[in-house]
Amino acid sequence: MVEIRFHGRGGQGTVLAAKILAEAVLRFGQAECLAMPEFGVERRGAPVTAYARVSKGKIRLRTRIYEPDVVVILDPTIGQSAEIAKGLKPSGLVLINTEHSAQEAAAAWSEARVICVPARAIALSLGLGSAASPIVNTAVCGALAAVTGLADSAALEAAIRASVPEKPEQNVEAARRAYEYCRETNHAAA
Amino acid sequence: MRKVLMGNHCAAVAAALAKVDVVSAYPITPQTQSVELLAEMEASGRFKGRFMRVESEHSAMAELLGAATAGARTFTSTSSQGLAYMHELLHWVSGARLPVVMVEVNRALAAPWNLWADQTDSLSQRDTGWMQFYCSDNQEILDTVLLAYRIAEQAAIPAMVVFDGFVLSHTYEAVDVPAQEDVDRFLPPYQPRQQLDVKRPLAFGSLTGPRDYIRLRRRLDGDLRRSIELVERAGREFERIFGRRYGLWEEYRCEDAEALLVASGAPGSTAKEAVDALRARGRRAGLLRLRAFRPFPAEALRRFVKAQTPLAVVDRNCSPGTGGIFFQEIKAALYPHPAPPPVYGFIAGLGGGDITQELLEEIWLEAADKRAEPGAARVEPVWMEDPR
Repeated sequence: MVEIRFHGRGGQGTVLAAKILAEAVLRFGQAECLAMPEFGVERRGAPVTAYARVSKGKIRLRTRIYEPDVVVILDPTIGQSAEIAKGLKPSGLVLINTEHSAQEAAAAWSEARVICVPARAIALSLGLGSAASPIVNTAVCGALAAVTGLADSAALEAAIRASVPEKPEQNVEAARRAYEYCRETNHAAA
Repeated sequence: MRKVLMGNHCAAVAAALAKVDVVSAYPITPQTQSVELLAEMEASGRFKGRFMRVESEHSAMAELLGAATAGARTFTSTSSQGLAYMHELLHWVSGARLPVVMVEVNRALAAPWNLWADQTDSLSQRDTGWMQFYCSDNQEILDTVLLAYRIAEQAAIPAMVVFDGFVLSHTYEAVDVPAQEDVDRFLPPYQPRQQLDVKRPLAFGSLTGPRDYIRLRRRLDGDLRRSIELVERAGREFERIFGRRYGLWEEYRCEDAEALLVASGAPGSTAKEAVDALRARGRRAGLLRLRAFRPFPAEALRRFVKAQTPLAVVDRNCSPGTGGIFFQEIKAALYPHPAPPPVYGFIAGLGGGDITQELLEEIWLEAADKRAEPGAARVEPVWMEDPR
């Protein structure tokens, strides 16, 4: 079982990121996925949490995730790293949307393996959202698929086409760029 | 075909597959998407029934009272305050013996304001004469809506399909969406025993004196009890067509158990992990997951329990002054009994608190390890919380 916790802000597509992962895992055909939003009142700009569990068999745990294997940060301004990383397993992974390098970002995350993806820059270059509110979820999903191997790019692209409300090709391209970026940069570094 | 669907969308997809004639609903968190999707499907022509927009839940149920009287298959959904506002019409619908099916997404009642899962809303309607089925995953939501139509129409009694707000309503997972032709085989068109027809005038819901009233109530009480057989028969028929079995409850590793968790809704799914974890540590845990609350499977429960196997009843609900409602019902079902088991009541997760695997393990241990204490089971519930 892989347990993933997403942190973002209302309007960035945090909950949809978890749902896209579930769609991609179904299409990849090797595991089951359960995607849950944190049970909150949706407001643009407010911190949003979502969860996803991926497992070979049926997923029966229907609770929040307190000890994630992966923490995904869609908005790097979301809060203190200690708070966001709470419960992260010692061997855990932090995936951050940032233009900083993994070495720079790693300073804030002492024990975890840190992977950075410039999802904001990718999203803006494809016209997804605005500078004040970029829609980074599809790029982040591309990076997540690349670093975890939970879905391949074909499954992810089909999942995105089935899930996003608009600009399907730009969203697919955002995921593809982030996927390639993580395969080249972070895997080489790791 | 397998599709990733949120719990609310499972309910809507099932209502469309059931070829519902009339939907009338008013949105309320966390039920909203269950009727929002039907409205979209109606607008795009994928849902052929009629969606009636109303200004309140009271009116929604009043619309369905009329539509069902005219012979329509009907659907609505609500939560919490919306259900409370419908209360008067719930009695009208069951008294008129109309098989309305309603999805009820559990949410805590105010005050104070709260949006999250809590079964006190649906359970506070237990005396309205509706059937109630509690679901623990998204597949079960879709399947139970289909089952509910079949059972409700055979019994001429309305049915609620109940599931946890957010924990199921907003959670996405892959579900098997059955083919329309298979659903049509399982669920033939609704054939009302009598209906509003201008060519054959009848009076509906007229004034009755005590001699008729008590007989009609006695008939409803008896029919609701006997609907247990319809629930089991529909479950077997469903399995024959779709390969998934649903009964009055689900047993998980009960055979040799030293104590049983008794849970419903989403915690009934998490509880299987708790049982497996306890077993891995050498404790013989088991789970009884209740699906049918009305009809309440009292006779089956009396035959099932063993004097030496305590029950740890988990209630995400509370009737103030008497405690957990499943706890109360189970104790009532077991009296008098030649060899009753100790029954422990635990209240947890009110207003959306997380009922975690660890909390369920702790609850089971409380019941299993207090066995040796004199005085058997507690009368008052134990309040439990995961501190995270």
